[in-house]
Amino acid sequence: MKSLTNATVLSFCLGMGCPFGASGVGAETVAASSIPAADLLQPADLAATLKSNSTTRPLVLQIGFRKLFDEAHIVDAEYAGPSGESAGLAVLRKRVAKLPRDSAIVIYCGCCPWGHCPNIGAAFSALRALGFRNVKALYIADNFGTGWIEKGYPVTRGG
Amino acid sequence: MWHLPRVLGMTALCACLTISIVVADTPARLAGTLNTIAPDFMRTDLSGRPLQLNQFKGRVVLLNFWATWCGPCITEIPVFSRWQRRYGDAGLQVIGVSMDDDETAVKRFVAKHNISYPILMGDAKLGESFGGVFGLPQSFLIDARGRIVLRSVGEPNMEALRSQIEGLIRVH
Repeated sequence: MKSLTNATVLSFCLGMGCPFGASGVGAETVAASSIPAADLLQPADLAATLKSNSTTRPLVLQIGFRKLFDEAHIVDAEYAGPSGESAGLAVLRKRVAKLPRDSAIVIYCGCCPWGHCPNIGAAFSALRALGFRNVKALYIADNFGTGWIEKGYPVTRGG
Repeated sequence: MWHLPRVLGMTALCACLTISIVVADTPARLAGTLNTIAPDFMRTDLSGRPLQLNQFKGRVVLLNFWATWCGPCITEIPVFSRWQRRYGDAGLQVIGVSMDDDETAVKRFVAKHNISYPILMGDAKLGESFGGVFGLPQSFLIDARGRIVLRSVGEPNMEALRSQIEGLIRVH
């Protein structure tokens, strides 16, 4: 029953444009499920990259909500959101405007369960539309707390 | 033998240092965890009324962190509103803490929906005081003595949550 209700709300949001709040601020909702599986990055893989001494680290962008970023975020990540809103998408576009189109970029949100995220699909779609081909979306199944922090991956607390 | 007092002194010093380290570490480490007293806070709700968590001591509090952009959160809100109406006289107090960045969006949402409990704006500091609100929805069930008896991250089992609330209301 619970999942039916949630699915109903999600379908309604996806089909009609979510009427409930911020996600309706001028941005088209793009489902997280629209991101091809080949373009998903598992948290363990990103954590290993960040812990390595590699000089070719990707640019990591948090494209979710400011308060959650201020509480904690991936080490060296930059804030560039929220992509579910027009204003947030503008921040993202501005941040990447001068980057070479082959730049390695990882985007993540983790605000809520993957299938409900209002930001990750929009951010991925926007970057692809801008011509970026080396973009990965960090697959955080439930939220940033359980999917990253509780696993002991590198994190910066505080904005 | 003559240096026994010095040894005892050193032992006592080490013990004190150990204790102070444990004490200093405890509040941050345990914040928001089960069976600890919920951290008190004071905010103004969206209606402009001051709200302090401790004013609800003696009642069972369901503290719900949510946001307008969070699908599972907006599924919960009508249920919590019903529970507030149904169990409010028996001692339940639901408090909604919005983690939206934009207060205007929250006010718009609240104006559209008949929410039967106070809503206030949260921030990173409030989230951190509860051990970190790193994703939504997230709820804390606090008993009449102010103790956290449930921390629910993600979509809760609503029937189990309701049963627990009913149990707490009966007890107190």
